[in-house]
Amino acid sequence: MRNLVKHRLFWPTTALLALIAINAIARHSFIKITLRDGELYGALIDILRNSAPLMLVALGMTIVIATRGIDLSVGAVMAVSGAVALQIIAGSDEPDNLGVVAVAVAAALAVSLVLGAWNGLLVAVLGIQPIIATLVLMLAGRGVALLITDGFITTVNSEPYEFIATGYLIFLPFAFLLAMAIVGVVAFVERRSALGVLTEAVGINPEASRLAGVRSRGIIWGAYMVSGLLAGVAGIIYSANIKAADANAAGQLIELYAILAVVLGGNSLMGGKFSIAGTVIGVLFIQTLDSTILFLGVPSAQSPVFFALVVVIVVLIQSPRVHRWARNLSPSSRSRDAGTPRDVEVAA
Amino acid sequence: MTTIDVSPPPTPTRDSLATRYHTFMSRHASLMPTFAAIAILIAIFIGAQIYFGNFVTPRNISALLLDNAYLLILAVGMTFVIVTGGIDLSVGSVMAFTGIWLAKLLAGGTSALIAIPTIVLGGALIGLLIGVLVQYFDVQPFIASLAGLFLARGLAYVVSLASIKVENEAVLWLQSTRFKLGDWYITPTGILALLVVAVGAFVMQFTRFGRTIYAIGGNENSARLMGLNIARTKVAVYVISGVCAGLAGLVLTAYSGAGYPRNGIGTELDAIAAVVIGGTVLTGGRGYVLGSMVGVFVYGTINTVISFMGAEQSWTRIIVGLLLLVFIVVQRAIVARAERRR
Repeated sequence: MRNLVKHRLFWPTTALLALIAINAIARHSFIKITLRDGELYGALIDILRNSAPLMLVALGMTIVIATRGIDLSVGAVMAVSGAVALQIIAGSDEPDNLGVVAVAVAAALAVSLVLGAWNGLLVAVLGIQPIIATLVLMLAGRGVALLITDGFITTVNSEPYEFIATGYLIFLPFAFLLAMAIVGVVAFVERRSALGVLTEAVGINPEASRLAGVRSRGIIWGAYMVSGLLAGVAGIIYSANIKAADANAAGQLIELYAILAVVLGGNSLMGGKFSIAGTVIGVLFIQTLDSTILFLGVPSAQSPVFFALVVVIVVLIQSPRVHRWARNLSPSSRSRDAGTPRDVEVAA
Repeated sequence: MTTIDVSPPPTPTRDSLATRYHTFMSRHASLMPTFAAIAILIAIFIGAQIYFGNFVTPRNISALLLDNAYLLILAVGMTFVIVTGGIDLSVGSVMAFTGIWLAKLLAGGTSALIAIPTIVLGGALIGLLIGVLVQYFDVQPFIASLAGLFLARGLAYVVSLASIKVENEAVLWLQSTRFKLGDWYITPTGILALLVVAVGAFVMQFTRFGRTIYAIGGNENSARLMGLNIARTKVAVYVISGVCAGLAGLVLTAYSGAGYPRNGIGTELDAIAAVVIGGTVLTGGRGYVLGSMVGVFVYGTINTVISFMGAEQSWTRIIVGLLLLVFIVVQRAIVARAERRR
């Protein structure tokens, strides 16, 4: 039991389950899932389906944050990716042709990868602070997306493309399965090869890992490329869902929600050890909270107030000062209140 | 901040002009980006004047201050925060929140004399929240101000989901009055913005508090060991940024004649870009309020040029992004040189 409580995913999981439980008690329809024509429907399924873009963006963000970085440009990359894909489909004669859609998706992903590589170049090679390096693309990216779409909102009717967001495969939404498959692949590569450990090493101490022979430059560069690519996939899912490339609204504020998801999943923004499972739980928590806020009848525009409260609560729980207070309150552990090594590390 | 040259003095006999140039460059390395921004501003003016023939007119220059007054005020507050090595992402949302709140209060019949201090106080309180989280709970400025961003944006929608028109004469007076001198004019909002710049520049350069800000940005531990009051100063810069965001909300509401909860999405990035273009280094310790003013004017002039050309407004963001990149790389080189010297 003690080990269970100490596990890093214990609190995020508890919070998610508690939120689902509150919802289930408040409205019984929340946990009801119906099967219709071999497709599952219900509030929970909606949460899974809608979580796909954020899931992918947050996954990339997890890797970038593990290297002590941050990627603010993901929303802009989503806008560019959606714009590229839809512009190709809208420009072709047969929008329903599978080949056209495949070319559009491939082009969008290639552009996203290039944008990610650009970020990586600025951070890993030129040594610019990640916040600022990615701010450049965050500012310029939406401008590029607007240029691609000529300042209009490009709309298409393409069945294969829409399938990416709204289709079903083996009972479940395709978008969710796609996101989970990508999460699975990334987790497999990071954890079954040395890549994950090397990434953590770079994040914990870049200088020491360089001296130990880790090629940190390539690892950091790769992290930004992965983040760009995943944001590209998210942009495709988003634009397929609304059947339009909206350069201004696509991925609006998603970088902030992705960072929030990473933090909620128990990952430290200071880099180093990371947990992909934690991020997945963080994303599901955000989506469930979003759905809860909607259910409460609060206009979705006002939901940021709730997220602000969540951010404040989470950072307070992680704060060393609050830890000290908590320790002083519980008499059993008063003896060791001189501060654990963790506190010292944070304070230093 | 001048860097102290500890290398042996160069032989004065030959290349005295070049030597003097190098000495000047190394003494004033931190001023270089600001000079570069001024040079770029002048270059844009000259280029646009040659291209359009009627660009540098009193009307255009006066409009530059009028159109960018709110951004100028935000940039001053942002400079305080960035020089301590922090960042404040909340300013755009706080501006939207205070702006719509002002419109709501005025629509409800509150006197402007009460409504304006109230909203500025509201901005200050959000700044205080961010400052306390940063200083006392060891939250990274990025995350703490992110919470402020969400809070203010949500509160803006709580105040009203739709835009509210302002009928109050005192607030509209701020915008519609033109003090004229020939073809030049200035509005009370412009005067307010310049006043904020003047006060900001004075505080940063000539007060104990200002020197503490530079000291924290230079090296927080050293500043603490020197006995400077770190905690109070760090909280104060976020409060100042919040107050500036509140004033910007007032100016923007007067400027557009209405409060709108969707105002200022992404404006925090414009403010950061302007501050960086104006020569403030994002790692803290170097930067000038007057430089940020130049940065805002560079940003505003690019905007004007693009609307003169009738090109897509999206080019503004691309060009500002590229300019930001150039400045960051230049700063990076300067900082790297200063570190090597040490």
